[in-house]
Amino acid sequence: MRWLKTYAEKCINCGKCMEVCSKTYFKEENPALSRVVITDPGAGRNISVCNQCGACMAVCPTEALYRDKNGVVQLDKSKCTSCLMCVGYCPTANMLYAATKQTEPFKCVACGLCAKVCPTQALVLVND
Amino acid sequence: MDKMKVLAEWSYTPTKIDKGYTRKTLYVNVGEPRMEIRDVTQDMIDKFTGGRGFDLKLLWDAVKDTTKWNDPENEIVLSGGPLCGITQYPGTGKCYAAFISPLSGQTYDSNSGGYWGPLTKFSGFDAIEIQGKSEKEIIIFINGDDGKIQILESNQPDINAYTITENLHEYFATSEADKRSISVVSAGKGAETSYFGCMNMSFYDPRRKVTRLKQAGRGGGGSIMRDKKIAAMVVKYSKMTGNENNVVDLDTLQKVGVKLHKEIHDLDDSQCKMRKIGTAHLNEIMDEYHLLPVNNYKFGQNSAEIAKIHSSEYEKLFTQGLPDGCWYGCSMACAKAVDGFTIQTGPCKGEKVTVDGPEYETVASLGSNVGVFDPLWTIEANFYADHYGVDTISLGTTLAFVCECFELGLINKTDTNDLELRFGNKKDIMELIHRMAVGTDEFAAIVAKGIRYIKKAFAEKYNSDAKTMEAIGMEGQGVETSEYVPKESIAQWGGYYLTLKGPQHDEAWLIFMDMVNKQLPTYEDKAEALHYFPNFRTWFSLVGLCKLPWNDVEPANNRIVNPPKEAAKVPEHVQNYVDIFNAVTGKAIKKEDLVTMSEKVYNFQRVFQVRMKQGNAFHNIPLRALGPVFADEWDARKDYYDGKLKEIGVEPAGLSTEAKIQKLQEYRLGMWEGLKTAVYKRRGWNKKGIPTVETLKRLGIDYPEVVAVVEKYSKPEDVIA
Repeated sequence: MRWLKTYAEKCINCGKCMEVCSKTYFKEENPALSRVVITDPGAGRNISVCNQCGACMAVCPTEALYRDKNGVVQLDKSKCTSCLMCVGYCPTANMLYAATKQTEPFKCVACGLCAKVCPTQALVLVND
Repeated sequence: MDKMKVLAEWSYTPTKIDKGYTRKTLYVNVGEPRMEIRDVTQDMIDKFTGGRGFDLKLLWDAVKDTTKWNDPENEIVLSGGPLCGITQYPGTGKCYAAFISPLSGQTYDSNSGGYWGPLTKFSGFDAIEIQGKSEKEIIIFINGDDGKIQILESNQPDINAYTITENLHEYFATSEADKRSISVVSAGKGAETSYFGCMNMSFYDPRRKVTRLKQAGRGGGGSIMRDKKIAAMVVKYSKMTGNENNVVDLDTLQKVGVKLHKEIHDLDDSQCKMRKIGTAHLNEIMDEYHLLPVNNYKFGQNSAEIAKIHSSEYEKLFTQGLPDGCWYGCSMACAKAVDGFTIQTGPCKGEKVTVDGPEYETVASLGSNVGVFDPLWTIEANFYADHYGVDTISLGTTLAFVCECFELGLINKTDTNDLELRFGNKKDIMELIHRMAVGTDEFAAIVAKGIRYIKKAFAEKYNSDAKTMEAIGMEGQGVETSEYVPKESIAQWGGYYLTLKGPQHDEAWLIFMDMVNKQLPTYEDKAEALHYFPNFRTWFSLVGLCKLPWNDVEPANNRIVNPPKEAAKVPEHVQNYVDIFNAVTGKAIKKEDLVTMSEKVYNFQRVFQVRMKQGNAFHNIPLRALGPVFADEWDARKDYYDGKLKEIGVEPAGLSTEAKIQKLQEYRLGMWEGLKTAVYKRRGWNKKGIPTVETLKRLGIDYPEVVAVVEKYSKPEDVIA
């Protein structure tokens, strides 16, 4: 399974991960639109991102959420009804939404762009 | 499958929804045949909001004062409401149906989940009116994709619900995935003989790969469908997006919806377990509080048998872990199914089927109330009730009444055509259900018409004692009581029997507030609750919502931050409704406006009942609903009832049980009259339960034809001082 492993202790809160993520998928540098979320940028820093557990798939009424051949949970927008139950039921709060951009939710698809730009290897794309 | 013959076809341009409304309604006359698309006026939106409000307004204009349920001008009107079809908040796929009921001869409104409401709105219609009578068996097809309305000659050999629904999803879908774009409304063979035929509304379950049925169960809408020779109604709309309602403020809608999804995720397991068991979690709770109807509401508890129908027994039978919402976005997902169930009797014997439910009401109606404590029998009875298109509640309550008549010797085996209709006789009770659907057995045909009809027919035909039947027949306004024993809650007498359309449970369920938590000590307190809750709950029916997500989950702090009586209203969720209504429609309503919006329709419907009953729209209550009728009923809770007598200053020692029963009945009949007067006064009605002209004016529904009904039947002496 391909997923993004995080090392919060290495994070220096430079924001590059969120920048590249939001720019890539929404053409806009806006941390609120990033699939990687850095919180508590003080002592208790936390990197929050989808771990591809698949809990969202179980609640999706139309099976719009599915696991691709790499083990990554993907959203088929053509099947999605924008109900956002997956948002409410994500155990790590990493299914996100932004009404100004689209009706459907969005999530990390383990593309690895953030890991590439992270200067401290606080984000690492792994296959296991 | 062979193509069906097109008997009539019309093209139209579907109107896109704006802020929750298409502002168009569809009228189809299946007799002429004729189709019209009509405009919705601003006044109609302002006064009637949508959903049941639109239904009743359109029905009012369609019928005459003398219209009977099986007259061609009677309509089935179906409408979702402005919030119907949003996907971002739980419980937003409801469709409301209204018609002149065969059971009561006045209006009835009944609601269902399933995809019919949303898909018809997406196809361009805020409401659909079906009028006239067809000579041929027909299927009405609304094709929202291509903008076509068709009346097809039905080629379906079996009109029973599970079969025809499955076949029509197959017939109209272009692929497996396309089956989700379709919803079917069907009835069944039982609806042809019965006065309590239900309408089954479908959705396709992509995981189980079967069609699922939800019911607009009550009041006899399915009987009217069959009287009009409508085998089914079908809608198709496959272009659904996440914002079909074109809402004003998607951001707020999403935020409020996600908040409730999280709340259900976090709290449902420790509160109502709606996701795991659905409403069947109530079985043991109702038993504990003497509220579970046993043997025609004679008893409220059966300690010896309750373990057999404990919710944990049902939980074992339900398939777990599948999202079961009857519309997208319902994280409460209470619709449960029993998969791979093998049918034991009747025409489907031996078939493996997926059965929807049973809900609590069915566990009680086709279970404890007929003396059966066997989940497998109840599931089979549930299956056949849906399949034959009859309401499980009216069916069960009617069967319970008939069983008691049999046990009392009011009818015998000659009358029943050899059925031994004792409580708990599973084989013969099931056989009676099958005979209702076949339609040739005279006794079964009488039973299928409900308690009010039976009381008269048994007295005339079998010389059964009318007074006894009057006391134990649990109907109000001609409609069978739903499945809670109301005897010990005065407020619930009103919750059941001071309702617009009869004793269902969608107006007010006040038993715990009144009886357990003692929050309604005076008539005025009860009257206030019987004003607020029926009106608040009416609001759901105007906008297209399900009641369950309102109070079958509560915010964790609901009972901490709110005093008890306020907590019962779940204020945070009420605010949610205000927020999502404004987010969809762009209006700026406040909490207080919900009740006022409802009051307009509530009072309009009451005047409608007065109109259809020529001034005699009475609220009756059976003695069985007020307390024990027979000695064994009293003796089952002897200490409790003796205590009740002492509370009213009557010393029970030395009195026979019959005398005690009579004393309590006399007292409680007096209380019933006191309650009725207090409630009528609070609602702004006169002594006959007719809204006053002042009430109509206050609510802005003083249309000349409405005022005329009130003035025609109101007398000066009926004014409540």
